Amino acid sequence: MAALSELRVGGTGVIEVLRLPDEIQHHLMHMGFIPEARVRAVRRAPAGDPTVYAVDGMEVALRRDTARWITVRELEEE
Amino acid sequence: MSSCCTPATIEIETRPRVAGKIHTVALIGPPNSGKSTLFNRLTGLRQKVANYPGVTVEQHYGKMSGIDRGDLILIDLPGIYSLNTHSEDARVAVDVLHGRMPGAPAPDAVLLVLDSLHLQRQLMLAAPILSLGLPTMVLLNMSDLMETRGGEVDTLALARELGVPVAKISAARGTGLDAIKHFLDQKSEPVKAAAPKLELPVMGNPRSYRQWATGISTRTKYKAPLSSEWTRKLDSVLLGRITGPLFFIAVVFAVFQVVFSIGRPLSDALQDLLNASGDKVGLLLGHGWLQSLLIDGVWKGVASVLVFLPQILLLFLFIGILEDSGYLARAALIADRMMRAIGLNGKAFIPLLSAYACAVPAIMATRTIENKRDRFATILVTPFMTCSARLPVYLLIIAAFVPNKPLLGNFFGLQAAVMVGLYVLGFLAALFTARLLKSSILKASSAPFILELPQYRVPTLRSLGLRLMDRGMVFVKQAGTVILSVMLVLWILSHIPFHADLPQSLIGRVGQFIEPVIRPLGFNWKIGIGLLSSVIAREVIVGTLGNLYGADPATQSLTLQAALRHDLTLGGAMALVVFFAFAMQCTSTLAVVKRETNSWKWPALQFAYMSVLAYLAALATNVLVSKFF
Repeated sequence: MAALSELRVGGTGVIEVLRLPDEIQHHLMHMGFIPEARVRAVRRAPAGDPTVYAVDGMEVALRRDTARWITVRELEEE
Repeated sequence: MSSCCTPATIEIETRPRVAGKIHTVALIGPPNSGKSTLFNRLTGLRQKVANYPGVTVEQHYGKMSGIDRGDLILIDLPGIYSLNTHSEDARVAVDVLHGRMPGAPAPDAVLLVLDSLHLQRQLMLAAPILSLGLPTMVLLNMSDLMETRGGEVDTLALARELGVPVAKISAARGTGLDAIKHFLDQKSEPVKAAAPKLELPVMGNPRSYRQWATGISTRTKYKAPLSSEWTRKLDSVLLGRITGPLFFIAVVFAVFQVVFSIGRPLSDALQDLLNASGDKVGLLLGHGWLQSLLIDGVWKGVASVLVFLPQILLLFLFIGILEDSGYLARAALIADRMMRAIGLNGKAFIPLLSAYACAVPAIMATRTIENKRDRFATILVTPFMTCSARLPVYLLIIAAFVPNKPLLGNFFGLQAAVMVGLYVLGFLAALFTARLLKSSILKASSAPFILELPQYRVPTLRSLGLRLMDRGMVFVKQAGTVILSVMLVLWILSHIPFHADLPQSLIGRVGQFIEPVIRPLGFNWKIGIGLLSSVIAREVIVGTLGNLYGADPATQSLTLQAALRHDLTLGGAMALVVFFAFAMQCTSTLAVVKRETNSWKWPALQFAYMSVLAYLAALATNVLVSKFF
C-alpha cells in the first residue's frame, strides 16, 4: 500500500481507495481512477511535477498533492 | 446595442408543438469526444453563440442545415463526464435536457457523441443520458481512427444493448452523417414506438456505471485500439527533460514573434485603410456636425476596435493549432510548476502570454481553463500584462522625457531600460494581484489540476477556419457594440454646448473639474481629458493630446513631444506611464470580461482595483521622481 504519488515512473499499481473531496473524487472516477483499476506512472513533467498516469487507455496528469490521496497496491514487474 | 446593457439571452423561436414532430435536438458528449467538430458539421457555418442566463456557460446553437434539416435546431451542450451536478457545466446540461433552462426549448431528441477510441470509459455517460427517456442516438466518433488502429466494436450488438440506434461516424472527415439524418427523419414521422426494455445501472454511483459499461463493452466485443505509437514517441521528445522545455520556449517565442511581427503591421495597415476610407467618406459628407458624428464619433470608434482583429485572428490561429494538435495540454503540463508559484495553474500560461499582444483575445483564450476560480483569477490579472496598445503611450513619453544615455554599450540605452522596466512592472503587478486573489476572494479552489493528455492529431483546416470565424464574430459583435455606444457618448459630451471649444465643452469642464484630483500626480487638466478619453482605449490619449496641443501626432510628433516637455514635469511624465502600466483603460477588455464572466461585477471590480492601484502608484512615482531627479 502506497500513495499513487510514490509510484515510480514505469511502475504499475492497482487503485485501492481515493480519499478526496466528493466532487474531485467523482471527477477522477469518471476519468477511470476507480478502485481495482490499473494505473501506470508514464512520465513526470520536466519540472518533476505533475506526473502523467495511464489509466483506462488514456493519459491524465495529476499534481503530487492530488495523487498522494489515492492509495495503490504496487504490482511486481510483469 | 442591447448586448452592452442587458445580459445576452438566448432567443430561439419556439414553434407550437406538433405531436410526434421534433424541432429541437440536443448534442451531448464527454470533453474531447469531438463534439464541437460534429456540431460544426451538422450546422454548417450558421451558428449562434450566447451565454445561458446567470451562468458563464456558453451556449452554441444553430439550424441543422449541414444535413439538409434546416427546420431543426441543434443545441450544443457543454462537454461533461457525467450528469452529476457538482459542476456548473453539468448543471446546465441537466437543466437543458429537462427543459428547465429559461429560453432554451426542451429537446425532443438527443445525439450522444462518444469517442470510440475510449469507448469503455465513455459509455459511462450513456447510462444517465438514456435514463432520461428521450429519443436518443449514440454516435461513435473517430471510428475511422479506431479501425485503423486495430480497434473494433459490434454496433448492432451495442444498439441492442442500449436499446437505441448506434452509428459509427467521423466528424473530422464527415462520414456516417447520413445515419443522423435518417434517424432524425424517422423521428419526425409521428410513430408510436414501443419503449425498448433497457437495464440501467443504479443512478449516481460511478462504480455501478463502470460495471455496466464494462459489461456492455465485453458483450459488444469492443476491442480498444492500440494507443498511437506517434503520441508516445512525440511525448518522449516534447515532454523530455531537456527537449521538452526547449520546444516549449520555441513555441512561446513563435507565438510572440507572429503576433508582433506579422500582427502589428497588419493592424497598422488595417488602421490606415480604415482611416483613409473614413476620410474619403468624410469628404463626401462635407464639414458639418454629421461628418463629425459619423466619422470622428462612430467610424473612428468602430475602427479603433477593428484594428485588433488581425492580431486576434493570428493568435487564435496559433492557439487553434496548439489545441487541436494536442500540444496545448502538454504546454499546460510543462508550465504548471511555474504557474503554481503564483497561485494559477498551467492552463493560464498561454492566455497570459497572449496578453502581451492584447488582453482581449487573451481573456477569450482563458476558456481552456475549466476551473472557474482559476479562470476568473487569470481574467482579472491579464490586463496588467503590457499590451501593444500601451506601446504608443510609452514611446511618446519616453521619447519626450528620457534622454537616450547608453547603459550597456550601444545596444542597451536608458530609454530601452525604462521600457523594459515598464514591462516588468506590469508583470509584477499581475503576480501580486494573482497572489492577492488566490488568498482572498478566489481562495484555493476545490477542483485540482486534472489534465487529460489527448493523442496528437493533425488539425483540420475546416475546424481551424470555423474557430477563427467564431472568435472573430464574437469579438466584432460584442466589443463593437459597447465601443460604439461609448464613442457616441464621448462625441456628444465633447460637442455640447454646440460650437464650443474643447475646454468649454462638457468634457472639457469635466477635465477641469477633476484637475484637483489628478494634480498630486503631476497632471494638468489636458492630461485629465486625455485620461478620460483613453478609457475607451489606451492609445486614444496620443490622439487626444495631439488635438489638445494643436498638433497632429502622426506628422508633427516632435511638436507634441516639445509641447509635453513644456507642460509636464519629469515626475508627472513618469507618473503618467506608470499610471498607464496599471490602469484599466480599455473598454474592449471590460466588455470582454463582462461577456466571459457574464456579470458586470467582475469588470467593475477590476476597473476599480486597477484604477486605485494606478492612482497610488502614479502618486508615489511623482513624489519620488520629483524628489530625487
